[in-house]
Amino acid sequence: MRTVAGVALARGLRLLVRRLGRGGGTTLPGRVLLRFDRGAIERLGRRLRGGSVVVSATNGKTTTAAMIAGVLERSGRPVVHNRAGSNMHWGVATALLDAGRRPGEIGLFEVDEAWLPAVARALSPRLYLLSNLFRDQLDRYGELELVADRWAEVVAERAHGATLVLNADDPLIADLGREHRDVVYFGVADDSQALPGLQHASDSKHCRRCGHAYAYDAAYLGHLGRYHCPNCGRERPDPQVYAERVELRGMSGSHVELVAPAGRISLDLPLPGLYNVYNALAAAACALELGASLEGVRTGLEGTAAVFGRVETLTVAGRPLSILLVKNPAGANEVLRTLTLEEGSLDLWLALNDGIADGRDVSWVWDADFEVLAGRVRRATCSGMRAEEMALRLKYAGIDGPIAVERDLGRSLDSAVADGDGAPLYALPTYTALLELRDLLADRGLARPWAG
Amino acid sequence: MAAPTLRVCALYPGLMNIYADRGNIAVLRARCEWRGLGFSLESSGLGERLDAERHDLLYIGGGQDRDQILVAEDMVATKREALHAAAARGAVVLAVCGGYQLLGTSYQLGERKLAGVGLVDLWTVREPGPRLIGNCAIEADLGTGPRVIAGFENHGGRTHLGSSERPLGRVLKGHGNNARDGLEGVRRANVIGTYLHGPLLPKNVWLADRLIELALGVELEPLDDTMEDAAHLSARRAAGL
Repeated sequence: MRTVAGVALARGLRLLVRRLGRGGGTTLPGRVLLRFDRGAIERLGRRLRGGSVVVSATNGKTTTAAMIAGVLERSGRPVVHNRAGSNMHWGVATALLDAGRRPGEIGLFEVDEAWLPAVARALSPRLYLLSNLFRDQLDRYGELELVADRWAEVVAERAHGATLVLNADDPLIADLGREHRDVVYFGVADDSQALPGLQHASDSKHCRRCGHAYAYDAAYLGHLGRYHCPNCGRERPDPQVYAERVELRGMSGSHVELVAPAGRISLDLPLPGLYNVYNALAAAACALELGASLEGVRTGLEGTAAVFGRVETLTVAGRPLSILLVKNPAGANEVLRTLTLEEGSLDLWLALNDGIADGRDVSWVWDADFEVLAGRVRRATCSGMRAEEMALRLKYAGIDGPIAVERDLGRSLDSAVADGDGAPLYALPTYTALLELRDLLADRGLARPWAG
Repeated sequence: MAAPTLRVCALYPGLMNIYADRGNIAVLRARCEWRGLGFSLESSGLGERLDAERHDLLYIGGGQDRDQILVAEDMVATKREALHAAAARGAVVLAVCGGYQLLGTSYQLGERKLAGVGLVDLWTVREPGPRLIGNCAIEADLGTGPRVIAGFENHGGRTHLGSSERPLGRVLKGHGNNARDGLEGVRRANVIGTYLHGPLLPKNVWLADRLIELALGVELEPLDDTMEDAAHLSARRAAGL
């Protein structure tokens, strides 16, 4: 009874928030619903006849879930999905307001790393897609190894009958499948993508089993790669779904040969960077496990456009504005690596905020390899609450173009856009700066307001 | 006379780097090079010996619990004597966050008691209370009058100084050593420890310069620090100062 009344109230609230036109209503209705009925996620989750899938990772949750939804929806599967990226338990609760309306519905939820245990307890998912763990917001999440320990507890306690879809290339993630019966691994199998060595911000350097340092035969992205432990012999499991012959094409995407037990497909991914190859592999492995066909995976992945702020390109005052969310060293390094593949010198706009959702601690900018852009920047504009500290980071990275500083997002964006000749402007905001940017562009009629 | 070279040694850089500690090294390097001073960087990791004569400035940063435990045992076993000898000849030791906790006599982590290298008289206890997290600002005097050091702290341990030990500074905003006595960090001659973690020197280039001066026994020419000063003010503002 409480659930019925709570759902009615929360739906009404959502309608009201949407009418007011701000914020999308992805958080407040779920908060109210959970206040009314703490068991709402569990009760509403039971209405999903197709069961639930949870997607978690430090980087790529929103894009990966969007890719899975793209594949499933194109094959006619009804999906209940927190697509706006509101991924704490109230975001999941808000999405569940729509559960139970269509037969065979499957719940698809991206879940914040810290909220995974609570959401998994409530939903008893049929499939866990766990993709990567990087150092991120240590002030909020605590140490990486602790997050991995909590995930291992969830898997041991809650996931008995469930399928695990795991990234073989991330030792912290792959180890979660060690004693599980039903595991699908995905990974990259193309040494042309290997880095010369582990990046500075690499995290998981020590064997989860015995504590000895891993040896890497190839490092692809942060600590993702082909590794083994010289002491206890643990090694990267062989992936069943993997990418061969990866060709990165800068901002215009990539070409990948994807191999799965069901066969092999050639993919032209519209989203750039090796990090999106990983997102696509994760989504493919998950969708295939949920019964999608290889052809369905291909059309779904090739048709998934950017989620707002994840490599989306808009036009502002006649200039293409490409928005690339940066929020932690591993993610930022991939964005920077992608930018180095572009021709000529670059115009950058960076917005560094220190809101709670960004992490209050902005130390991480010194872990990201801005040095790769030295000599490649025509002009940089720094904005956000900690604009001056972003600017200083660029100075010590050897960025030689002029570096302008203006805390106010709107004014700094205007001046960055005005100083240029129609060449692309690359915008690198942190998470809350991205939300501000979205509202700013929506107010100007340049971006769609958030759909929720 | 040829310009002197700042010879830096990073202790356990592969393990004790959790909050982007390399920012400190980057700032020391750039500020030496911009002034025509030499700069060299070596590292000393697990099982490696440390040459007490070889370095002007030794740096150790913060790490995850597991890594900090490995480092604590190794540092006592392989580097304690060299650290004491280096400090005695006036080398600068800058220890940040987890590294700071290992400078003292002990670190009690629940059931486990880690021995420190005993360069200074302090002890640390991980208490059940919440971690001490947030922007922080302290006032410190390194021989050039009181100045502000702004940064970010994130520590579960509470550190207590022995009665003869002096803090690095007093807390203006934030928690400091233990959130009770208003003291932050430690300073004994050129040995400095602080909870203001990770890239502390980029936020406070006056401190970077002062450490170079103490390490080399020189006086430095000023640089154009317009951007550095703005970043310092930004970090202070974040701390509410």
